[in-house]
Amino acid sequence: MSGARISALATLRGQIERIETAEVVHQRDRVALGHGEVDSALKGGLARAVIHEVFCEGRQGTAATGFVSGLAGRVTARKPLLWVRQDFSEIETGALSMSGLAELGLDPRRVVMVRAADVESALRTSADALACDALGAVVLELWGETRQFDLVASRKLTLAAQGSGVTGLLLRMAAQPLPSTAETRWMLRAAHSPPGVAWSAWGAPRFDVELLRNRHGPCGRWIMEWKCDECQFSEPSTYPQPVAAAPAHRPDPAVLQRRRTG
Amino acid sequence: MGTGLREGNASKQKDDPSIVVIKDNNALVIHALDEAAERLGLHIGQPLANARAMCPDLRVFDADTVADAKTLSDIADWCDRFTPLVALDPPHGLFLDITGCAHLFGGEAALLQTLVRALGRQGFAVSAAIAGTSVCARTLTRQTTGTIVADGGEAAAISRFPVSALGAGEAITTGLRRAGLKTIGDVASREPHEITARFGARFSTLLAHALGQGDAPINPRKPLPDYIVEKRFAEPIATDTMIAMTLSRLADTLIASMEKQGKGARRLEAAFFRTDGAVRAIMVETGRPVTQGKVIDRLFRERLDALADPLDPGFGFDMVRLSASRTEIVVQEQRDLDAHVHDNDELSALIDRIAARIGGKRVVVHLPQDTHIPECAVLAAPAQHHLAAAMQAEWPARTESEPPLRPLRLFDRPEPVAVPFATVPDGPPHQFTWRRVQHAVVRVEGPERIAMEWWRQDGRQLTRDYFRIEDAEGLRFWIFRDGLYEGECFDDDGKPVPPGWYVHGLFA
Repeated sequence: MSGARISALATLRGQIERIETAEVVHQRDRVALGHGEVDSALKGGLARAVIHEVFCEGRQGTAATGFVSGLAGRVTARKPLLWVRQDFSEIETGALSMSGLAELGLDPRRVVMVRAADVESALRTSADALACDALGAVVLELWGETRQFDLVASRKLTLAAQGSGVTGLLLRMAAQPLPSTAETRWMLRAAHSPPGVAWSAWGAPRFDVELLRNRHGPCGRWIMEWKCDECQFSEPSTYPQPVAAAPAHRPDPAVLQRRRTG
Repeated sequence: MGTGLREGNASKQKDDPSIVVIKDNNALVIHALDEAAERLGLHIGQPLANARAMCPDLRVFDADTVADAKTLSDIADWCDRFTPLVALDPPHGLFLDITGCAHLFGGEAALLQTLVRALGRQGFAVSAAIAGTSVCARTLTRQTTGTIVADGGEAAAISRFPVSALGAGEAITTGLRRAGLKTIGDVASREPHEITARFGARFSTLLAHALGQGDAPINPRKPLPDYIVEKRFAEPIATDTMIAMTLSRLADTLIASMEKQGKGARRLEAAFFRTDGAVRAIMVETGRPVTQGKVIDRLFRERLDALADPLDPGFGFDMVRLSASRTEIVVQEQRDLDAHVHDNDELSALIDRIAARIGGKRVVVHLPQDTHIPECAVLAAPAQHHLAAAMQAEWPARTESEPPLRPLRLFDRPEPVAVPFATVPDGPPHQFTWRRVQHAVVRVEGPERIAMEWWRQDGRQLTRDYFRIEDAEGLRFWIFRDGLYEGECFDDDGKPVPPGWYVHGLFA
């Protein structure tokens, strides 16, 4: 091998090393989701300061919304959350309800909602917001296929997120995954409640989660459950209702059950 | 000191008499007329048929009062360059309060001349006067133009004018003439109590104001801004860079003058005066007082970028004005060690920028409301004004170890679903069809009964029974039956009908 080639190789290796270390430094900032297998696939948790995409079919929009809310709840860490959405998605799948968000254990006080009229203004607003480091996360909710959200737009968002350390979460309902600069890409479906007596209560929200793309680890498909009390994901529980024995000073569980359903 | 101003369209064709007619009590009467028509002896209020009989080759136009009002308001916009206090005096007049402004234009005479010339160039016939009271100035414009009356000279200036110049209305004018009082001087020579007894207190007040005894306040179109800075150009500017540079310099000047009094701007307005008389005003609002020129600069840049109809410089702007119409005292906050306050500052700056671009109503925060009705439980309020309140709002605590009781997505209007039958008359459905897709019910929780608020409802509203339902696919719905079974729903004949079912929300 000639000397020039060796030195060229060495330079390239050096460059790769630098890139990798830079990424390692960057990627240290991860938030564990709470689900063991998912966290190990993600090398410790969901990365901050990047873009994550969540796709779903049209009908599964609410499951995806729940999953994105959960991710946002994990990464924001008591910082404000900016939720940007198109007018159209509100008609299709309903408006994000703050009472519902509070029921998931998230804090509606820290949510600022932006109602963008069209995709262009939604994209521009989110790129602006991702550059503002006072925020914890920015959720961009888009309905349907859009030409405007291409690789360039995706790159813009990623650069803005890297610069400020704000996490970008894209909720793409009724859309097909396309190449982008996202760190991870998920496909969401609603999962059944655990088997139990028919016509009986359901449990915590459960998601059938497929990790389609993961830049730094394997992909996979899991059932994840959102624990509203602990504000984190977990492995699916076997029973729909919590089975821990009720403390002695509380009323009988049967009474509670009746009160809730009655 | 007030300036009365009357405008009318200068007629281009002097020989052909033209009139504008309007429908009044099912008859067409003259609304406005030009000089040629006036020379023929036509007058305002005359029926069109009479006018046609007097002069068969009249040019007749239909009146457009809306366009007239718009033109008057546009002229008022243009007059903003002389004074911020401009009041409309419909249908044809404007009042300008030029107290303390005249010296900026080289004195009262020069101001009057500039104004009349500029409006004349735009194609208006103007009659203007300056007097100590607005009523006196208006009376002067009805007879002459270009008069400037010094303080105390009002009575002498208008005494020889006919009483119609006062504009007191047809009945009073005729009454005065019949009483032999032809000029204003004649009326003024009578004892005030005689005039009041015969023509009413309103007329005697009007007369007193016209004679310079006391003044009626004018009603300016816009409240006086707290701070105004402006820049005039000998050579009109038209390029974006020049406009941006001007705005940023004006912002610095504005901030400097506000800083002296410890104020910050909450609402700012930039007005661009085009050489051809068109005025474009652009407003931005902020969530907290702005004290930095570069923030103002950035907000206006965002706003100008996002304008649906961009700023059209035409042949250029000869004046740009920046005014702070709402200001607040700036409270200097102690910075927390954890930079919490700083974060809030940055967040509200971001909200201001987004609001400047897409509109303040599109950036919202949410406030909990004290009601059980799901669609009213949360109020979306503009984030610029309610951010602090939303950050400290008390939300109802969720029940521990319960699955969510409220859906994550809520439809603004509940969507009707077709339910073939329910298990028991007031039980949950077995299956239902929503958006043309059939869903088989697998799990049900409920009912949760929500009664409407009888103490504030207007019409009769029905009690709702909500069910939380999971279908075979695992999708979760929040469905309600609108009305109690055989208890609340009746058709026109008073017979019970089955209540309707609706999807109100979707659970995650």
